[in-house]
Amino acid sequence: MSKKSFRQAINEALRQEMRRDPRVILMGEDVAGGRGGTSGVKDAWGGVLGVTKGLLTEFGEDRVLDTPITEASYIGAAAGAAATGLRPVAELMFVDFVGCCLDQIMNQAAKFRYMFGGKARTPLVIRAMYGAGFNAAAQHSQALYPLFTHIPGLKVVVPSSPYEAKGLLIEAIRDDDPVIFLENKVMYDDEEEVPDDPYTIPFGEANLTREGDDVTIVAFGRMVKFANEAADRLEKDGISCTVIDPRTTSPLDTGTILDCVTDTGRLVIVDESSPRCNLATDVAALVAEEAFDALKAPIRRVCPPHTPVPFATALESLYVPSTEKIEAAVRSVASYKAKAEA
Amino acid sequence: MSGTITPVTMPKFGLAMTEGKLAGWSVRPGGTVKAGQEIADIETSKITNGYESPAEGILRRQVAAEGDMLPVGALIGILADESVPDAEIDAFIAKFNEEFSSGEDSAAGEAEPQRKVVEVGNLKISVQESGSDHGGIPVLLIHGFGGDLTNWMLNQPALAEKHRVIAFDLPGHGESTKEVGDGSPVTFAETIGKLMSGLEVDRAHVIGHSLGGAIALELAKAKGDAVASLTLIAPAGLGTDINMAFIDGYIEADRRKTLEPVVQYLVHDKSLVTRAMVENIIRFKRLDGVVKGLKTIAETCFHDGKQVFPLRPVLEAYKGPVQVLWGEDDEILSVSGADGLPASVTVTRYPATGHMPQLEKSSEVNKAVAAFIG
Repeated sequence: MSKKSFRQAINEALRQEMRRDPRVILMGEDVAGGRGGTSGVKDAWGGVLGVTKGLLTEFGEDRVLDTPITEASYIGAAAGAAATGLRPVAELMFVDFVGCCLDQIMNQAAKFRYMFGGKARTPLVIRAMYGAGFNAAAQHSQALYPLFTHIPGLKVVVPSSPYEAKGLLIEAIRDDDPVIFLENKVMYDDEEEVPDDPYTIPFGEANLTREGDDVTIVAFGRMVKFANEAADRLEKDGISCTVIDPRTTSPLDTGTILDCVTDTGRLVIVDESSPRCNLATDVAALVAEEAFDALKAPIRRVCPPHTPVPFATALESLYVPSTEKIEAAVRSVASYKAKAEA
Repeated sequence: MSGTITPVTMPKFGLAMTEGKLAGWSVRPGGTVKAGQEIADIETSKITNGYESPAEGILRRQVAAEGDMLPVGALIGILADESVPDAEIDAFIAKFNEEFSSGEDSAAGEAEPQRKVVEVGNLKISVQESGSDHGGIPVLLIHGFGGDLTNWMLNQPALAEKHRVIAFDLPGHGESTKEVGDGSPVTFAETIGKLMSGLEVDRAHVIGHSLGGAIALELAKAKGDAVASLTLIAPAGLGTDINMAFIDGYIEADRRKTLEPVVQYLVHDKSLVTRAMVENIIRFKRLDGVVKGLKTIAETCFHDGKQVFPLRPVLEAYKGPVQVLWGEDDEILSVSGADGLPASVTVTRYPATGHMPQLEKSSEVNKAVAAFIG
């Protein structure tokens, strides 16, 4: 076991699964880099942020496919390859580019099993970067996991750390349904202990990163780290929090969320995606319907404003939910008194 | 003793510990303690353990509050008798803290010894060595079912003072290759025999825990004199009963909620089972091949809910010295396994102790081993 970055953890997951199963292939723009060029340099990029670096050298051009800049064609090709026996991992680069290939995902890959009477399997993984904080402007910064979560037939993974990323990606590759695997682009250099051996983390099982008595915080992806930082600070003031990392937004571990809210009676949800129809609204609706009697305070959501992600650095850092905003939200529900009691 | 101030500092539990949390004081300020009496519970990322007072005296101060996270060596309390004035204690604390914070590099103690990989046939065995042999005989530590070399974290430092200490992960466990063959003690013993050759160890004092005790007996049977002595801690093979709720639960439970009560079977003091301990087991079980290997071992060794391999004849035939250490409240393998052994076998039963005396009664076990092997 050794410390590995988020980037290394994902690279290792891909490498180990490609060694284990010859049906696993990679496709995407610049997943290697250099193909079709005249420089003669191979594996020039290994993905725009270097996540797939070195895989071309080990597995060759038959399994690491640099594609033309046409999402509709290679995502469609990957879906077809999955339905006919391969296990492709297609990289969409920035998740924002899903606009170019949504039909292939939403109307094709997600529907195959259902439309073909349960006889089709589509073991397709689509990896993509999401999230603000990279100063990449409005067309390269969205957190679109709610969009995919909305579509039945897709599984959606939002890993929160290097350990989580490796186990969830191996699980995704071995899964027989289409999986959208979303990596927060500012987390690639985060490091932690990651086992060298392959391992899997099951979908639909939330992880409690800490357990407390007063407030439940549900957080997704990068926000899990922020929620834990906020909980550390709050603990010093005697407010103890449970932090839930659902790991997958589809399937969603509703049971764990409801159990924890039943115990604490207070809920804060931290979601980096746009605030309308996002995961925070979804979890809030779940708890309002199923655990209303347990609530001692209104549910609070910590989300960005409903606006495109700003390019200006100062505005962008205001846009992303912060540890301070989470802390303030938790304090407000922890100190809440209903009007009748006040 | 009048006038003496004894600092109580954050202990180093195991090779990897750099900091610890004061989980709770067992003695109130002003309370009298004896040397060796449990004074506080210390929680690390791996384990919570009682900390024994280094000296006799009155606990004049609790410098660390419950919940404080502190580096190894940091001041947590002050022992002194009532003749020492408060001002003197204040001055002592100030001076200690000043010196401690200026010398922070050495505070956490030595780094954990690096593991190394030893190839045994097709298997990669993860080995952690500590101490040096001083011309004497090395100590070989064999953990049990579902465990790994970190089970010895509270024993390695004490044993390493006088011996070369070799801890390793059994096949199918820890960081070793997840291949267990038929999962029988004989097969594991064969691998360990080859591991000893690979490490150029001709002879060793062998300490085996639980299934590792059965493996140690098989090793003694196969290698004879190469096993210089046997220390068997709650070993398998001496009785027939086994708590299958533990074995099956350990294999099947995959969430913290369901696994925690299973892990609690291991110890008498249930508060020793921390979140981190359970989380580490869950992470181990997620590794490819682990659950399959554990199932194979369970099927081979504990078929139909009984221990399959009776090893009393092996113990009786072994010519070297043998000691058996067992917790009286062992919920996995009944302490009755220690009954009716040959008179030459030294048997120690620990009251209020579960299946892992090497963790729960670590200092007593360390003393017993030191007295036994020299």
